[in-house]
Amino acid sequence: MSTFDFIINNYRQVIYLIGEHVWIVSLALALATLIGVPLGMVITRHKALAARVINAANILMTIPSIALFGLMLPVLSLVGHGLGKVPAVTALVLYSQLPIIRNTYTAIQNVPPAVVDAGKGMGMSRWELLREVQIPISIPVILAGLRTAAVMSIGIAAIAAYIGAGGLGVLIQQGIDRVHQEMILSGALLVSVLALVVDGGMALIERLVTPRGIKIQQPRPK
Amino acid sequence: MITYEAVTKVFGEGPDAVIAIDRVSFTIARGQVVIFLGPSGCGKTTLLRLTNRLDSLSRGNIYINSQNIRDLNPVKLRQSIGYVIQEVGLFPNKTIFDNIAVVPKLLGWNKEKIRKRVDELMHLTRLEPDLYRRRYPAELSGGQQQRVGVARALAADPEILLMDEPFGAIDPINREQIQNEFLNLQAKMKKTIAFVSHDIHEALKMGDKIALFNQGRLIQYDTPEVILTRPKNKFVANFVGADRALKVLGLLHVRDIMNCSPSNIVDAAQTAPEVLKMLEQKNLRYAIVLAQGKPVGYVTSQDLKYEQGLCQEVARPYPLCLEQGTSVHEALSHMLMHDLTTFCVINDQGDLVGTVTYKSIQKSLQDFFADDAEAQ
Repeated sequence: MSTFDFIINNYRQVIYLIGEHVWIVSLALALATLIGVPLGMVITRHKALAARVINAANILMTIPSIALFGLMLPVLSLVGHGLGKVPAVTALVLYSQLPIIRNTYTAIQNVPPAVVDAGKGMGMSRWELLREVQIPISIPVILAGLRTAAVMSIGIAAIAAYIGAGGLGVLIQQGIDRVHQEMILSGALLVSVLALVVDGGMALIERLVTPRGIKIQQPRPK
Repeated sequence: MITYEAVTKVFGEGPDAVIAIDRVSFTIARGQVVIFLGPSGCGKTTLLRLTNRLDSLSRGNIYINSQNIRDLNPVKLRQSIGYVIQEVGLFPNKTIFDNIAVVPKLLGWNKEKIRKRVDELMHLTRLEPDLYRRRYPAELSGGQQQRVGVARALAADPEILLMDEPFGAIDPINREQIQNEFLNLQAKMKKTIAFVSHDIHEALKMGDKIALFNQGRLIQYDTPEVILTRPKNKFVANFVGADRALKVLGLLHVRDIMNCSPSNIVDAAQTAPEVLKMLEQKNLRYAIVLAQGKPVGYVTSQDLKYEQGLCQEVARPYPLCLEQGTSVHEALSHMLMHDLTTFCVINDQGDLVGTVTYKSIQKSLQDFFADDAEAQ
């Protein structure tokens, strides 16, 4: 039985697992964005804090995912969620912080000082400046950070099957347990395809959301 | 009107403190262009940024129309003052229309009023609205971008403009043009303008008055003429340069020194012998030939000898005629280039209104520096 046959024969389960995988990653990405983007903006105003926050996010990134799940187990057990989707989403949120915070910070930081100066000089408040100028100019780079985070999360979410989070990792994990090669391969294949599709989708969104004036300014990299 | 009263700005604290501006006091009168001039690091830009509270005062006061800016909300203050910087700082994500409309939108104008105002400003700054309204800053040249920068600063019709080397990044040819356009605009608008520059030529050209700074202190605050003819000290003299006599010529216009009723005028219809006779009678070296009030050239007695026809047949055409607004500096340059000591001055219709001679230039300069000698 080939890998494709496996997928077709078990399409109900496969679709369910894809849905579960996408759900975990989307939820994590949404939460990570809500935390990371504002944080990245706030630290542009506090240089000393910026170095610390980015360092912390860097350190988080170096922890292997299996180890992070292990570390969170006793902590989240206190609230009764040592295993399952909660630690999985939490881990993804933590891992996503680095690309999201770093890109947001860098993007806002790289808005030409003259543009900010002109905005202030014309009497824009901080919030108006952020909303009208700094964020629109930063959008491509911030989205690039989200894109990195999304693709990375899809990969890490596959490992979260080991702590009972579900998702496409289940196919890989059970395949290994049963020495079922087609099952392992279909899990791996689907995770890869999902990552590629999401990457492409995010690239498209990036292009659609980038203000036209910015696109003209920087010819799209080939 | 902007009044600076013992304005002091200190950056840093303790032993590292740097005094950027040291007890500077002067007043910019309503409708005047005052150039903040000086070498880099003299505090001129800082003083500008103190005026709209982009930097905060250490000591002293700044009054705008006798209102202390410390008592004003900084955001509201800045909305009421136009601000133009060298790097232009247009918002790359916004169209030209939206860039110009920034302040009106902040002030909550209605759409129709904004649309009309933006069109008006684009005409004023010579940007065809239908062509540029929807474009983005990246699609415009440096000179066009700065026109938008000026239009944006003028959007809410502020009484005061702060300009930080606005034309400094524009190539010399376009700079000259945009300076001239701005002067024309200012002649109509009569804004109160503080204008930072490090270029003495720009200062002499643009300024009603020049405030010359060095190391945070106001060294001299005077009209360009006085700065050139009566520099207060060695620093000012060095800054304006050893060729200040020539620079004075740049401030004078042909209309200031021309002879409005030259005696050596003849009509094109007069015959050569008539003109020759007149020249001999009045003891003149040459005559200017006019046809219907327009200069066609000049004739000398040499040219006229043995000629019987009309004098215009032997007249030598002038290489060019000067306009009344031409600077004397330029007039002198033409004289040197064409080896002529007289030029005709014409009005917009091309009619002769007077003449400028090398002698008259020399005399005007002497008058200038003679005033100076008497005053001292």
